[in-house]
Amino acid sequence: MSSSSLRRSTAADALSVSIRDLSRSFGERRVLSGIDLEITAGEIVVLIGPSGCGKSTLLRHIGGLDSPTGGTIDIGGAPVTGLDARSAIAFQEPRLLPWRSITRNVEVGLPRGKRNRDDRDRVIELLDLVKLSASAHLRPREISGGMAQRVSLARALARRPGVLLLDEPFGALDALTRLAMQDLLLELHAVEPATIVIVTHDVDEALYLADRVILLGAIVPEDSSELLSIRSTVTVPGVRPRDRGSGDLAELRAELLEGLGVPTHHLSSQ
Amino acid sequence: MSTVRIRAVSPSNELHVLERPVVDNVEAVPAAISGSPRRRRRWGRATVLGAVIPIVLIVLWQTIATSGLVASYRLPTPLSVWAAGVDLYERGVLYQHVAISTQRVLVGFAVGSVVGLVLAAIVGLSTRVSELFAPTLGALRAVPSLAWVPLLGLYLGYGEDPKVALIAIGAFFPVYTTVASALRHVDAHLVELGRSYGYSGPALLSLVQLPAVVPAVISSLRLALAQAWLFLVAGELLGASLGLGYLLVDSQQNGRIDRLFLTIILLGLLGKITDTAVGVLERFLLKRWGS
Repeated sequence: MSSSSLRRSTAADALSVSIRDLSRSFGERRVLSGIDLEITAGEIVVLIGPSGCGKSTLLRHIGGLDSPTGGTIDIGGAPVTGLDARSAIAFQEPRLLPWRSITRNVEVGLPRGKRNRDDRDRVIELLDLVKLSASAHLRPREISGGMAQRVSLARALARRPGVLLLDEPFGALDALTRLAMQDLLLELHAVEPATIVIVTHDVDEALYLADRVILLGAIVPEDSSELLSIRSTVTVPGVRPRDRGSGDLAELRAELLEGLGVPTHHLSSQ
Repeated sequence: MSTVRIRAVSPSNELHVLERPVVDNVEAVPAAISGSPRRRRRWGRATVLGAVIPIVLIVLWQTIATSGLVASYRLPTPLSVWAAGVDLYERGVLYQHVAISTQRVLVGFAVGSVVGLVLAAIVGLSTRVSELFAPTLGALRAVPSLAWVPLLGLYLGYGEDPKVALIAIGAFFPVYTTVASALRHVDAHLVELGRSYGYSGPALLSLVQLPAVVPAVISSLRLALAQAWLFLVAGELLGASLGLGYLLVDSQQNGRIDRLFLTIILLGLLGKITDTAVGVLERFLLKRWGS
């Protein structure tokens, strides 16, 4: 995609993601194998799984930060061959540059090249979206963890990505801030309907945000060193914003937790 | 401190300068730092407090020197040191000694730190280059720098070149070592962040690595400057016909204890002045690039 098409003043189109027979090994160790996943444009997909199951690795592949040992990834029908301007990633740590103001940190996410009036307007718009207009001039050390993570989100959205990749974005935040951030993310999705892929450990978060939850893990549960792949896919019912206390979700929650190997002591409502 | 102490070499207002170094100091603070009245007051207090010990020392020195407890050929009075300074000044040689030494320090420091920065950038940014050069540079660093003096003399003669080269060697290593290590330890997460937003090569360098090592660069420059003065004296002690190091040797051989004291004080003041200059630069850069 050329840089000019990234500079449209309207919101960018969400792009589909298509992963076919993806595998990744680090030397002898196989981290991912046989991953097939189709993500529709505009969908919110959550990748969930135990630590070390390769969820982050999968996310990094979509963003072109890592290249697969086998298989292919397409974004919007065109293959990912390396770092890719069609996607943008936000990490668990906000990774803000401490010597830059909030505004200047968001600018990092803009497409490279000469900055024009549109770009400045874009940054102002994003800071407004993540409710940081009043803090725009501050340095990262002067703001809270939740604010920093909002800056990181705004930075990822700056280039109007077709696919937004979030690697445990709220994992380091306190419980209440995390809930507020989840709502903010859904608000952002409504305004800027990019395809979103989120990696998380948090089953409740997955069910609250996702259209589909993908459970990653060892195909043979006893042998966690082999064949890490997609174990199951859960389509979450209902429309967002969802009722966090819904009974349907409680069933799915139990199912996912069992899948993660956590005994839930859940009594089925049937 | 700077303006006042520089004036110590002018013959006109000796008592004013020696006994009340406090007065002008407030004005000596650069405008950038003395922004708000509160800050200026804090600076004023800091200078007043900082001047207490020197004044006490001078008074103590005067008392001991005039009490007859110590022979005058071992301990001159502050006033005789002052007089020695005025004497050298009036003969026109004091300025020459100070100027040539300062020039050697500044040139050697500039050469050494620039070479240090360049090599540190190369070694700090590339693992492969680091593996190629780091062991050799580490070994060279292990050579006590004064061991180069005879070789430098042989190769470069006895003019300015060997002295400047020695100072450059002294200034080089703190900059090289500190900055190379700082570059190697730049937060890998931030580097990856830059990469993932499409920055690479020089653009990535100026986005992440360079700003990240600004504090290390400055502290290494301060160290290098101190080293530069150290190696200046060493170089001039070992062979020079002008300069403060030469003045030390000359005064010792002629039993001019007053000039010895004068030179030591001058070296202290000059070192402090150049360090303060780097300190001002540091405050400016840290305001811009610090976290």
